[in-house]
Amino acid sequence: MESIGVLLLCPVFSYLDQELDKRFKLYRYWNYPQSVQFLKEHANSIRAVVGNSNYGTDAALIDALPKLEIVSSNSVGVDKIDLNKCREKGIRVTNTPDVLTDEVADLTIGLILAVLRRLCECDRYVRSGKWKKGDYKLTTKFSGKTVGIIGLGRIGTAVAKRAEAFNCKISYYSRTEKPESNYKYHPSVVELASNCNILVVACPLTEETHHIINREVLNALGPKGILINIGRGKHVDEPELVSALLEGRVGGAGLDVFEDEPNVPEELFGLENVVLLPHVGSATVETRTAMADLVLGNLEAHFQGKPLLTPLV
Amino acid sequence: MATDLPNILVMGPPLIFPDFQSQYSHSYNFLTFFASSLPLPQYLSSLNILPSSIRAILCNNMQRVPADLLRSLPSLALLVTTTMGTDHIDMPECRRLGVRVATAGGSFSEDVADFALGLLIDVLMRISAANRCAKKWLRSELPRNIPPASRVGGKRVGIVGLGKIGTEVAKRLEPFGCKIMYTSRTKKSSVPYPFYGSAVEVAAESDVLVVCCSLTEETHHIVDRAVMEALGKEGVIVNVGRGSLIDEKELVRRLVSGEIGGAGLDVFQNEPLVPCELLSLDNVVLSPHAAAVTSESFHHIMELVAATLHAFFENKPSLTPVMQD
Repeated sequence: MESIGVLLLCPVFSYLDQELDKRFKLYRYWNYPQSVQFLKEHANSIRAVVGNSNYGTDAALIDALPKLEIVSSNSVGVDKIDLNKCREKGIRVTNTPDVLTDEVADLTIGLILAVLRRLCECDRYVRSGKWKKGDYKLTTKFSGKTVGIIGLGRIGTAVAKRAEAFNCKISYYSRTEKPESNYKYHPSVVELASNCNILVVACPLTEETHHIINREVLNALGPKGILINIGRGKHVDEPELVSALLEGRVGGAGLDVFEDEPNVPEELFGLENVVLLPHVGSATVETRTAMADLVLGNLEAHFQGKPLLTPLV
Repeated sequence: MATDLPNILVMGPPLIFPDFQSQYSHSYNFLTFFASSLPLPQYLSSLNILPSSIRAILCNNMQRVPADLLRSLPSLALLVTTTMGTDHIDMPECRRLGVRVATAGGSFSEDVADFALGLLIDVLMRISAANRCAKKWLRSELPRNIPPASRVGGKRVGIVGLGKIGTEVAKRLEPFGCKIMYTSRTKKSSVPYPFYGSAVEVAAESDVLVVCCSLTEETHHIVDRAVMEALGKEGVIVNVGRGSLIDEKELVRRLVSGEIGGAGLDVFQNEPLVPCELLSLDNVVLSPHAAAVTSESFHHIMELVAATLHAFFENKPSLTPVMQD
């Protein structure tokens, strides 16, 4: 398989880079600033593309790679891959579902606690020496609160299970009601937001869910409510969120994703009711390894004519 | 000032005291002994107050309540502490003198357990460390070398002390897919987790230790060099009990030298002083003894203390919950 050309769109976890390099003829796209030239020279040997949630495969790239057979994304989200075009051309697409479900759910609880109990601020307080001058202020209890989840898929369900152990009540909004779950369904996001203390975005990004968190939802969530986004930055109307936080119309936020990564709205720095993370959900060693193994497994299965492990298309 | 309001000697002082004092200034005469540098006998005589007029103390763990102080108040019958722990009180002397000690009981167990989980997730997944980097990410600077994050799921978590707090911690950990085990003074027959007879034994089988037991003579430095050695290089310790449950000097040494993986610490041997070596480490999360401090617990303890003192001075049983002994 060492002669099969694989185009790697972005730097990845070192284990994945090394294994791709070992098993295929690997082209690291960012090393070729003259991409047009590069594609002319090598397009005919490239049969696979590996990208991630930020580096996708659009129609233009698909057209430039006539021998492309498979796009194996090192992510769950595939909103930057032109799935319809892939279907049209018979190009297979795989992602890395499930292996990061638990980690993202763990991070969600970690973010909720970090915001409500001001963990990062407490840590800053001690490191700055302020504790010598007085105690930190009262924070907000998590146990027993109502958690509203947008999207009761794998991640949403995993979040719900964890929050239940904290005696939280769970409610949700989903495209369709899930009667087999014991959680309270709300037919709209605004209604969900009005009736919960902690609103968690856990749905995939689609045209319908773009800016699903807007001004109306934020006002419904209210000055005592907090927003947790572990989905995609574009789930949230970011300028609206910023003004809601600055004006105190929303009580706080924990954000792992942003509309225009790596740009984070400057106004949010220094707000002690906001915890910002540089897209770390999936950053543990265990998850990165598991995701890499899925990317490699899918590529190998394809080129050996075996069934794909986690196909989307 | 001599009044016919009952005297309450205040030590510490408890976090609730300023609010409590303003709310109940017409019910009690609060003696703010915590603010005085005089020894108790001189303090009382400076106010023309007889030691025998003091039947109740309100305190927290910021000041010790030693035997000689207890003995100097012949009418003392009730000691209210707004803490769960009683390591600041000479309990044998209280028992000897027939002084009832009312504590916060299980009031804070949920808040403390929540916080312990928060610290545990933060240390393993590097949440506070990543938060510090978020600003650099904006400017596309290379992030500082955050130590790699590790999953919570699958970790073996050893709980040191399966009391009220330990039980709540275990319950919260279950859906995370952690293997839970514990050591405690006695084995709990109704509990599904494996029991180990000592901290060393549980540490040998754990990736993470969560320390939530009370501080007594037996549990002083229960997490010592041998326990840390058994836990190993990748081990993580979370402490929401008391600073002196851990040999702090040894812990700091191991964190600095890389002989232990990380720590989440809400308590320290000499609060509010924190060993300065910790202040620059990315594999520790530090907090200012804040695990129990929420608005909810604050209001709850206000009500409990009010009901307890009211029932005591009225000599009537309370209609609302009072503090446990």
